[in-house]
Amino acid sequence: MSVFVLRRVLTLLATLVGASVIIFLVLDALPGNAAQMLMGADASADAVRALTVKLGLDQPLAVRYLQWIKGFVVGDLGNSYVYGTPVGSLIAERLVLTIPLAIMSMLITVVLALSAGIYTAANHNKLGDVGVMSLTQIGIALPNFWFAILLVLLFAVRLQWLSAGGFAGWEDGIWPGVKSLLLPSISLAVVQAAILARVTRSAVLEVLREDFVRTARAKGLGKREVLWSHVLRNAMIPVMTVMGLQFANLLAGTIVIENVFYLPGLGRLIFQSIANRDLIVVRNCVMLLAAMVVIVNFVVDVLYAFIDPRIKVHDL
Amino acid sequence: MADPATMPLIEVDNLGVRLNTSRGPAQAVRGVSFALKRGETLGLVGESGCGKSVTALSLMGLLPDSAVITGSIKLDGRELARLPDADYCSLRGNRISMIFQEPMTALNPMHTVGHQVAEPLRRHKKYSAAHARREAIALLDRVGLPDPARRIDAYPHQFSGGQRQRVTIAMALACEPDLLIADEPTTALDVTIQGQILDLIADLVEERGMSMILISHDLGVIAENVQRMMVMYGGTVVESGPTDEVFRRMGHPYTQGLFRARPKLGARKGTRLTTISGTVPELADLPVGCAFGERCPLVEDKCRVALPPMVEVGPAHVVRCVRTDVSMAANVGALSA
Repeated sequence: MSVFVLRRVLTLLATLVGASVIIFLVLDALPGNAAQMLMGADASADAVRALTVKLGLDQPLAVRYLQWIKGFVVGDLGNSYVYGTPVGSLIAERLVLTIPLAIMSMLITVVLALSAGIYTAANHNKLGDVGVMSLTQIGIALPNFWFAILLVLLFAVRLQWLSAGGFAGWEDGIWPGVKSLLLPSISLAVVQAAILARVTRSAVLEVLREDFVRTARAKGLGKREVLWSHVLRNAMIPVMTVMGLQFANLLAGTIVIENVFYLPGLGRLIFQSIANRDLIVVRNCVMLLAAMVVIVNFVVDVLYAFIDPRIKVHDL
Repeated sequence: MADPATMPLIEVDNLGVRLNTSRGPAQAVRGVSFALKRGETLGLVGESGCGKSVTALSLMGLLPDSAVITGSIKLDGRELARLPDADYCSLRGNRISMIFQEPMTALNPMHTVGHQVAEPLRRHKKYSAAHARREAIALLDRVGLPDPARRIDAYPHQFSGGQRQRVTIAMALACEPDLLIADEPTTALDVTIQGQILDLIADLVEERGMSMILISHDLGVIAENVQRMMVMYGGTVVESGPTDEVFRRMGHPYTQGLFRARPKLGARKGTRLTTISGTVPELADLPVGCAFGERCPLVEDKCRVALPPMVEVGPAHVVRCVRTDVSMAANVGALSA
């Protein structure tokens, strides 16, 4: 087990190094000089050159890369070209929204998807299965921003239970923050839950066809007992894989919903920074996302080994 | 009322099973009848798709929901056909147990073997976890699994095929069932292991006074392990009788074909195996008359008109054929071997 985890940690670090090199090179190759952008098109050549030196953009590629990596280690990511504030705190401000939002939508996704997926598999080809599966088909087809607007119309405009947008922050306790993230997380969760429910259903159906299910029934276990004690654990591997992908997507791919609800999340920060050529922010945000995706995958891999005893001896 | 000592343990009368297959409804089993007393052993022989496994699964009440059962299955006089699943659950693994063909896939890879052997004990005998565990170790020891006290916490993938089959046998025997159904228990195993497993099953059947239904396509396995045998073809029983009697004088052209088709030791190199020409008929598309008619060397017009009746050809030895006069003149079986 420990060898397995160690091996995965080494792979994780290697992946992060690889990702950092690619991110650095790609963003460096991007056309447009950050100093020129910041000074405006009318700036004199001398002024631009001075700023270039000040930002350290005149240094060789390798030196700048190593400085960036050193920044990670000592916790200094540099200052935003545009805002002049430290990139670290800029990102941290967004993460206090993005991470709780991702966790909340993932929780809603998992609860909805597992119950729908297990229910439909247990009632395969019956009316309930067809009904719930039709709903998931609609769920997949829904654009989440449109669904978000419907939720706003119902819960914010008509019922006035929740606010239509903005983020309350965590200063006044947990509830106001959670409340302001409720509609966004539901909007994000609905489409994901529809997909995950279908994955869960087919995974459970596949396991139900296995020989050991018949063996368990031959021991005298009822259908329900077999489902809970023999089928679900076997069906969890594909379900968790998709859950990992979805969670990673929630961390980075929520910009549309952030815009609908006026939420200052990570997605918006990246979008604005790209528009402003605030490359130092873009680079660190992208690196952060890469790290989060790699870590989510790592966690999923370790969970596989907890669920499936066969994985401990095999190398992933 | 019959004396309970002589009353059959299991009595199957005119069993019919219709399955919904992708090719339409199929009469997988028709008119199967037999009775088995306590301690008796019965063999079911036939090719894949002849209805032997479906017969076994209908005794276990494990047919798919869409299957339609007709006729009667009685355990100690209690009707089991069309019994609600909840009632059936208290019989399965308790009074009727089954060993399956594929030990590699018959165990759940996520649970320890100890957990899986203890499961029927916990369910039917309501044993505590510790009690069930002790019992599971004793069972695994009885079926010849080495070092059971330590191996009980291992997972199925850590065992060989033969060891896994021992585990499934321990599982099936946990609650000391009255009837054991073994569906091709050795087909997936190495030949060297086959004999050990069959001997183990035979010992346990003898030791616990169980009745057994052994399903196999291997005539050799049947000849050595059961008192009575039934040969199935196209969902019907084509020949049935005491094993010795059937092997002495085979009556049905299909049984004879199976017997001739067995590989023989000492045959000259390059000798082709004898085969039965043609293929097994689709169950969804069975002929009106004798199911074996299309492949039978002795077929006549009257074979194709209606399903032939059972003809008694010896003591308790019946054959579903109208041409036994010709087929049995050939004296296929141990007499000619």
